Amino acid sequence: MARFAIRRLAGMVLVLFAVSVLVFAIFNLIPNSDPAQRMAGKNADATLVKSIEEDWGFDEPVWVQYGSMMEKLFTGELISYGDQLNVVDRIVEGLPATFSLGIGAAVIWLFFGVLFGYLSGTRAGGWLDRALTVGSVAGISIPVFLIATLFLYFLTYKIELFPASGYVPLEEDPIQWAYHLILPWFTLAILNIGFYSRVLRSSMLNVMNEDYVRTARAKGLDENRVMVRHVLRNSLIPIVTLFGLDFGATIFGGAIITEVIFSLGGVGQYSAEAITNLDLPPLMAVTFFGAFFVVLFNALTDIVYAYLDPRIRLGASAQ
Amino acid sequence: MSEPLLSVEDLRVGFTTEGGRLQAVDGVSFGVAPGEVLAIVGESGSGKSVTAQTILGLTRSPNATIEGSVRLRGTELVDAGEAELRQVRGAQIGMVFQDPMTSLNPVYRVGGQIVEAIRAHGSDTSKEAARERAIELLDSVGIVDAERRVDDYPHEFSGGMRQRAMIAMALALEPEVLIADEPTTALDVTIQAQILRLLEGLNRERNLATILITHDLGVVAEVADRVLVMYAGRVVEEGALDEIFYDPQHPYTWGLLGSLSRIDRPRPHRLPQISGAPPSLISLPEGCAFRTRCPHEFAKCSQQPPLEAKLADGAGHADRCWLDLERKREKRQVGGRIGLEAPS
Repeated sequence: MARFAIRRLAGMVLVLFAVSVLVFAIFNLIPNSDPAQRMAGKNADATLVKSIEEDWGFDEPVWVQYGSMMEKLFTGELISYGDQLNVVDRIVEGLPATFSLGIGAAVIWLFFGVLFGYLSGTRAGGWLDRALTVGSVAGISIPVFLIATLFLYFLTYKIELFPASGYVPLEEDPIQWAYHLILPWFTLAILNIGFYSRVLRSSMLNVMNEDYVRTARAKGLDENRVMVRHVLRNSLIPIVTLFGLDFGATIFGGAIITEVIFSLGGVGQYSAEAITNLDLPPLMAVTFFGAFFVVLFNALTDIVYAYLDPRIRLGASAQ
Repeated sequence: MSEPLLSVEDLRVGFTTEGGRLQAVDGVSFGVAPGEVLAIVGESGSGKSVTAQTILGLTRSPNATIEGSVRLRGTELVDAGEAELRQVRGAQIGMVFQDPMTSLNPVYRVGGQIVEAIRAHGSDTSKEAARERAIELLDSVGIVDAERRVDDYPHEFSGGMRQRAMIAMALALEPEVLIADEPTTALDVTIQAQILRLLEGLNRERNLATILITHDLGVVAEVADRVLVMYAGRVVEEGALDEIFYDPQHPYTWGLLGSLSRIDRPRPHRLPQISGAPPSLISLPEGCAFRTRCPHEFAKCSQQPPLEAKLADGAGHADRCWLDLERKREKRQVGGRIGLEAPS
């Protein structure tokens, strides 16, 4: 188990290093991204640009710049090129909104994804299955920005049921918090509800043909128990895999469009600004934290696997 | 032998598939009495497993048509409701399946799965009592150290132990009928013998009516009282064990017997086999289904022969073949033993 954990950890460090180098390299290769030039403004004279370069260390070799940026990132002293504020502070400020959005949406998509998948799988070929299939495919195909716009147009503008935008902190007013987040939650969740229900449906149809399901029926178990304990339980493994990947990715990165449309002021919106302004430090920090979460949730997924399937449990401790 | 406990009459099971409608079981009848072992023998696709699973209603689906009658102590099961059938499954008829590697759910403990079977019929048994009973059952089917092994997962059991656990599970509620669907096929030869001995012992001790589905005549010789030989969904011959082994009437049975390797006979240069493959159930040949592989085919075979007893001394020995007795006795001798000659 210890060796397993160490190997996992070494893998994590390697992934994070690779991600940070890639972001840094891409940024330096983008045309018109020279930060000194951008800070100096249009038509700035060469001496000003030169002095900015010296102040910020842009004249150093690239790998030295990379080293100092990573050092500042870890000590929390990274300053953005654009608004020249502390990047880590800005991210921490945006976290409550981002977490509220991501976690809430995840709960919703997991609940409805599993529910719809189960209903579809147990009634395969029936009218409910067909209806849910059409709904799922629609949910997967309609882009997030369109869903958000439709929600806003019909539910906010036309019938004024929900507020248009903004984030109310949870500790300030839990009801307003949820009220303001309902539309963003569903906007973000709809794609995955469709996707998860399709995956669970096909997984269940596979498991239903397993010999142990026939054994369960031959024992005289009632159909609901056969479906929940023997079919659903064994069908959840692909769902756990997907969730491990999606949850990490959504919390940092996947929610940019949703955050911007509903002006939630979270980390996603911050990265959107950074992209528009070709501002490297926030991009680096957000990407780095995003990758960290994805890798972390992958590791957690493995632990949940072991809970779901005892055969994996034994394999892990034997390593 | 006493009255049949379970009787199957003119059972027909058809499935609608993409390739067309197929008749997997076509007019099968038999009865099993307490303490009796009935073996159903045949190749893959002969309908033996479908017959067994239909008894418990496990083949029910929108694509299946099930006709005929299955009666347990006079109660009809073919048109019984799902709830009624559920009371029969496990409680009155226990079933053991072919592959113990895949027949236990890998994510639950072996003991837990037996407890589930015990508590499936009204949860009036407490969890603790059911667990005690599971340990007892595992012990009774020969699991050493059952007290500890009850909490193991299926992957921690060997193949033979899993099949023992499956048998324990099938017997958890003391059913009167045990259906074993190829219970030894997936096991090593040495383990096969142990499992057969176990089934035989249980059959005698508990006076179980046992239906043993197999393609292995060696297994049949070991434990069966009566034998039903199936081909392409129909019974082609039935009789007592000795009748089938020493006076087989149907060329298909000859072929099966001829392809057995026996240590009490000189070893043939090459083990004989029945040439050809079983016919497609979607397009069966007209008349006798075996005639396409039978070297003794003649004009009359294009009509379906009835299943009838033709021997003076064996009322229970019936077959489906047009050949007369004299011709059969002569033709089944191949190289000094019973067999089916290779087609010339």
